[in-house]
Amino acid sequence: MPATSPAPSTRVPALLVLEDGTTFTGSSFGAVGETFGEAVFSTAMSGYQETLTDPSYHRQVVVATAPHIGNTGWNDEDDESSRIWVAGYVVRDAARVPSSWRSRRTLDDELARQGVVGMCDVDTRALTRHLRERGAMRVGISSLETDRAALLARVQQAPEMTGAHLADEVTTPTAYVVPARAEKRFTVAAVDLGIKSMTPYRLAERGIETHVLPATTSWAQVEALHPDGVFFSNGPGDPGATEDAVSLLRSVLDAGVPYFGICFGNQIFGRALGFGTYKLRYGHRGINQPVMDLSTRKVEVTAHNHGFAVDAPREGRTRTPYGWARVSHVGLNDDVVEGLALEDEDGALLSFSVQYHPEAAAGPHDASYLFDRFVDLMGSRSLAQAQGTKN
Amino acid sequence: MPRRTDISSILVIGSGPIVIGQACEFDYSGTQACRVLRAEGFRVILVNSNPATIMTDPEFADATYVEPITPEFVEQVIALERPDALLATLGGQTALNAAIALHDSGVLERYGVELIGASVDAIQRGENREQFKAIVEGLPQSDDPTDPGFGVARSFVCHTIDDVLGAAGELGYPLVVRPSFTMGGVGSGFAHDETDLRRIAGAGLAASPTTEVLIEESILGWKEYELEVMRDRADNVVIVCSIENFDPMGVHTGDSITVAPAMTLTDREYQRMRDVAIGIIREVGVDTGGCNIQFAVDPATGRMIVIEMNPRVSRSSALASKATGFPIAKIAAKVAIGYTLDEIPNDITATQDGQSTPASFEPSLDYVVVKVPRFAFEKFPLADSTLTTHMKSVGEAMAIGRNFTEALGKALRSLEDPKAPFVFTTPGPLRQAQDIASTGSGSVVDELLTVAARPHDGRLAVVMQAIRAGATPEQVHASTKIDPWFVDQLFLISEVADQVRDAPELTADVLRLAKRHGLSDAQVATLRNLSEDVVRGVRWALGLRPVYKTVDTCAAEFAARTPYHYSSYDSETEVVPRTRPAVLILGSGPNRIGQGIEFDYSCVHAALALSGAPDNNGRGYETVMVNCNPETVSTDYDTADRLYFEPLTCEDVLEVVHAEQQAGPVAGVIVQLGGQTPLRLAQALKDAGVPVVGTSPEAIHLAEERGAFGDVLDAAGLPSPKHGLARSFAEASTIAAEIGYPVLVRPSYVLGGRGMEIVYDESTLASYIDRATEVSPQHPVLVDRFLDDAVEIDVDALYDGTELYLGGVMEHIEEAGVHSGDSACALPPITLGSEVVDRIRTSTEAIARGVGVQGLINIQFALAGDTLFVLEANPRASRTVPFVSKATDTALAKAAARIMLGATIPQLRAEGLLRPTGDGTAERPGAPMAVKEAVMPFNRFRTVEGTSVDTILGPEMRSTGEVMGLDVGFGTAFAKSQAAAFGSLPTGGTVFVSVANRDKRSIIFPVKRLADLGFEILATAGTASMLRRNGVDARAVRKFSQGPGPAGEPTIVQLIMDEEVDLIFNTPAGLSPDGRPRFDGYEIRTAAVLRNIPCITTVQGLAAAVQGIEAVRGGTVGVRSLQSWAKAAAGEPADDLVGAER
Repeated sequence: MPATSPAPSTRVPALLVLEDGTTFTGSSFGAVGETFGEAVFSTAMSGYQETLTDPSYHRQVVVATAPHIGNTGWNDEDDESSRIWVAGYVVRDAARVPSSWRSRRTLDDELARQGVVGMCDVDTRALTRHLRERGAMRVGISSLETDRAALLARVQQAPEMTGAHLADEVTTPTAYVVPARAEKRFTVAAVDLGIKSMTPYRLAERGIETHVLPATTSWAQVEALHPDGVFFSNGPGDPGATEDAVSLLRSVLDAGVPYFGICFGNQIFGRALGFGTYKLRYGHRGINQPVMDLSTRKVEVTAHNHGFAVDAPREGRTRTPYGWARVSHVGLNDDVVEGLALEDEDGALLSFSVQYHPEAAAGPHDASYLFDRFVDLMGSRSLAQAQGTKN
Repeated sequence: MPRRTDISSILVIGSGPIVIGQACEFDYSGTQACRVLRAEGFRVILVNSNPATIMTDPEFADATYVEPITPEFVEQVIALERPDALLATLGGQTALNAAIALHDSGVLERYGVELIGASVDAIQRGENREQFKAIVEGLPQSDDPTDPGFGVARSFVCHTIDDVLGAAGELGYPLVVRPSFTMGGVGSGFAHDETDLRRIAGAGLAASPTTEVLIEESILGWKEYELEVMRDRADNVVIVCSIENFDPMGVHTGDSITVAPAMTLTDREYQRMRDVAIGIIREVGVDTGGCNIQFAVDPATGRMIVIEMNPRVSRSSALASKATGFPIAKIAAKVAIGYTLDEIPNDITATQDGQSTPASFEPSLDYVVVKVPRFAFEKFPLADSTLTTHMKSVGEAMAIGRNFTEALGKALRSLEDPKAPFVFTTPGPLRQAQDIASTGSGSVVDELLTVAARPHDGRLAVVMQAIRAGATPEQVHASTKIDPWFVDQLFLISEVADQVRDAPELTADVLRLAKRHGLSDAQVATLRNLSEDVVRGVRWALGLRPVYKTVDTCAAEFAARTPYHYSSYDSETEVVPRTRPAVLILGSGPNRIGQGIEFDYSCVHAALALSGAPDNNGRGYETVMVNCNPETVSTDYDTADRLYFEPLTCEDVLEVVHAEQQAGPVAGVIVQLGGQTPLRLAQALKDAGVPVVGTSPEAIHLAEERGAFGDVLDAAGLPSPKHGLARSFAEASTIAAEIGYPVLVRPSYVLGGRGMEIVYDESTLASYIDRATEVSPQHPVLVDRFLDDAVEIDVDALYDGTELYLGGVMEHIEEAGVHSGDSACALPPITLGSEVVDRIRTSTEAIARGVGVQGLINIQFALAGDTLFVLEANPRASRTVPFVSKATDTALAKAAARIMLGATIPQLRAEGLLRPTGDGTAERPGAPMAVKEAVMPFNRFRTVEGTSVDTILGPEMRSTGEVMGLDVGFGTAFAKSQAAAFGSLPTGGTVFVSVANRDKRSIIFPVKRLADLGFEILATAGTASMLRRNGVDARAVRKFSQGPGPAGEPTIVQLIMDEEVDLIFNTPAGLSPDGRPRFDGYEIRTAAVLRNIPCITTVQGLAAAVQGIEAVRGGTVGVRSLQSWAKAAAGEPADDLVGAER
């Protein structure tokens, strides 16, 4: 059994101040220091390691509604990227002793090792209710500062999420290849806007070789790979502030290459198709969200992590330069657009995207069929092309 | 998909009497289902033999049959009502087994009844071990080489002992034995060697209706989990809740401390479990509704074993519903009638546009739920308290906190067991261990760890003592296999206790730390050598009070509209202001023997009666329920206007009262309906300035304190049996000699007759005092004259300060001396004349007035000769209120609640809540004869040697539940009650008779009657010769103690085991001086329990059984709904055949 973390009364006090001045007190957790970001809450009850390493949380201070965090420690297998991305982590009860046969160290130690400032012993439910009522906002947490007003002043100077272009900060500096695990069937160019490692893993197990490309990749570089499909990942920031990715995607669609997007990739798809995006008041962050696939009327329980959404009509189809666009999935809690499909005149699928996370990690696997749908799409398109060549 | 329109009437089957493993959670689920189905416009027909349920209240169904849940009776209901569909997945294993039997016998097909919820095929795939194994093994495994995989435990299905021994050869010991198709794990257990195996598997084969047991590899000590799964007919599946057991594999989940949500799984492991669960529900083919799947996880490798699934709503479903706010039974009923999950709104949430989110989601918890079991081993002193795969607990308490330590502390004090909350000073177990250590070689820690290694009812307390004595986390884990994270939480609690003890001053920080980790004011007081009141005073002075959070299904993502609260020491409270005055109803806490569903019934009625009932200002009340029992209807957020899921201790109740006083006016607190639990708080609440409505705490004291009550009786000129109060053996002996033996001895202030015994001589008295004074050191012992041959009478009455309304008079079938809760009784009384009833009414009124009752009172009388003795009075709702209410068609608890808040009996008569004239004893020609029978848990317990515990009835209550038989005449009503409780009485065959000498004279007539009816009579030599002298042709058989005869003649025990006896009549000859039952009778009764043969242990019971057998032989016993009985009693023609052929 590993050594225990600090006893209940030996932690350093910490202060949390929201940009509207609301203050919470608690104790230091992870690194001692000060951090700023957008305060968001996640309702997932499992998977904090995946959450913390998800690049989409870059510059966000995550509030965990699940009261016990750190119970399964930190292992060497479940990271979704090379590092912890959250700007800060706020929990109620931090585990002292982890319990899992895969655990290698405590969460507390890992946060400290990566210099991530956290805070525990906070009434996270009260904080969550506040964010629900007032919307996501900037926050500062500090285990150094004791003057609330001083911290508030610094919070109000921190950058806002609206208008933030963050893909360049999280994307891979160089391209790399994730080989197919089964027999190779297709090649996919995956543009990394903050990709999670589970996405290429899910593609690989379906016989796809994934070329993960930096966010700055040009259409010529994509085209040179002769991909069977193109994928845009999840990622942080305001989709309204991202222009390069939109124009790259328009080139993909012009070329008629099958496209699949997740999360940020859904918002970029929406913009490429001519729809707008908007910021949700407090976003969807959790792994229990019901989404309906409008074509089958089936409900799937899905993982969400998005603060922005696509503004598109829930009913009917919209003509775009690339074909007919329609909303394919909606969130049942609040009718938010959760997926888009691009179809030809006959209703055959050309490209699609979802706002939520079929790769899960953390989260349920109900939506993993979307990877099959992508494979089928590439299969039918390459078949069509093959037949096209013969004709 | 919308509601089905091709069916219009639905038969719902309940779960019958409360037994261990199947308790009031099925009233909760059944009540929800009936509500839903009626609201959807279906005609609802209900069968349930348990009168103490809310679901059998006539307003919850269109036709309510309080009839035995046997295929014969249910078929009659089907024939009469012709339902389109049968919903059997909400009534536990009882309902499921009845549905399968009706399917197998072709009844469902013959009457065109469709089984909805789960098909027979699905039920069998889920419950048949081999089919289930094939399903699990057919599910896809991960192709990741690091994935530890899943499957089922290696096992063999066996039908004979030879098969079983063969399987053991393959698997090695230890082994698990699991019989097929039994509920609550009956007959299952661990076998460490062949002797164990033969015993457990033998019993298991006998218990299984298909004579089938599974012999399985041991996964003892693994982590244990449960998932609650819900599916609709469009194949949408959600996981409602994950539950992790604090006690590792080896302890039945009903006996384990369980925690929601799962605490020690990474997302990867949790999602794998979720995938497997969804795969199983699809493959098993549970079309619609809930199911429960149990898993074990190897803590070293993560290998996952699927233990079992229940293709129905279960005990865990009730827990999961309360833990998450997701009402599983309600949603299960809706999906069974065709809705899909996305079409069903989540009652609790309200989104910004005022809509609800849909039920097709998975609840997210921002709190921790802990459930702890409540045991009753003190009632069965000879039973082995080791916890196994065979459920032994009789109830449970649940608590919610913002972390595990807070929830655990609250849960332990919710148990109302003084030994349950942690004791941080030097308590009993440690002292015992020190004694052991001083005599033996091991250290205190080693001794405590050895005790803790055996799972038993007091294990958690011993673990804490080991920690306090210096055990390391590694040692605790090695000894108990409790997960290291949970072990650390216990260390955390211990460290907090140290800080509280060692702090120089009781500051706000120290107190806050204590409260955030679940310590009660009482625990802090002990640590600081202060009184609880002082600690509370300091805490209040420091402004440290709990806040109340909301169970909202969504971790605050959406606003909640349902005020379902729990306390926590955190920063923000969520109780909203109100304008209507609140009435707080204190519930009855965890079920235990003597205090169960019957009290919850009364609390629910109060909520129903008062919500919206006019107060003095015409505004109507807002009802606030406080309770901690997750099984009940009272803790359904739909029952009262507000629900606080809180322990029923003085501290916790005072805080709820305070929170509600901050929210608006509080009209009062009702302590009279939840049994002894809230009643015990009355004085403390009043002292704290809380308005207690109804009977005042002073009046309660008058009725409960023997001396004061004696004065009330003297003033009214009413006799009570001679009695005295003894603080030592010498005193007791003097009093007993003065009164004359036999005497009834018991500790004072008890419910359910705890520690009560009839003693016939001084040496037994001495051994009793020895044992009883350990039970209750502060309280003296009461010594009463025991009235041999008296008729015991129970009454429930309402008193408003001026007028008495006698709800009903029940005549016990067993003589005085059998605890009233264990005795069968009849209403109206079968032998009492109207003159006696008048005397009872006058006496009841005198007592009610003398005590100062405002609301309900229950009085027990004994009629000996012509003297009506008063045995005791309880100034509260009693166990029999629901029975009397159903038998007389009058809602007594509702009336009581109104009276407590100032309504008068004339006013309630005018409103129609009570009869316009007369009372519950008024003769109504068409009214039924109602018989209540108690159901005993003897088959659940074994002694440490592995034998059954004795089955005799006595002054100590042991029954867990009750059934009701309703018919025109006593014989048929009694026969129905027996069929409902034990299975039908035989109408022919062999009867074995063996009675104590004092009973020989009384049995001649009934036994002769049985012989005349064609029964073969067997008896032990003495009884046989006495019967023959009286003209009854009885055959003598060998006693057990005589052993088999020279020519291999079997003993009576052998004959019973060979199922050659159909009815047993055996009266006990008392206990031997060591408190153990005398030998032969014990063996006979044990064999009867093992073979499930009706065994009657009183002369009066035999007479009633003979009447019942005659009635059944006389013609078809019909069925009739409560609604139809009400019509008949009102003089209208009934539309069925009850009594038509007699």
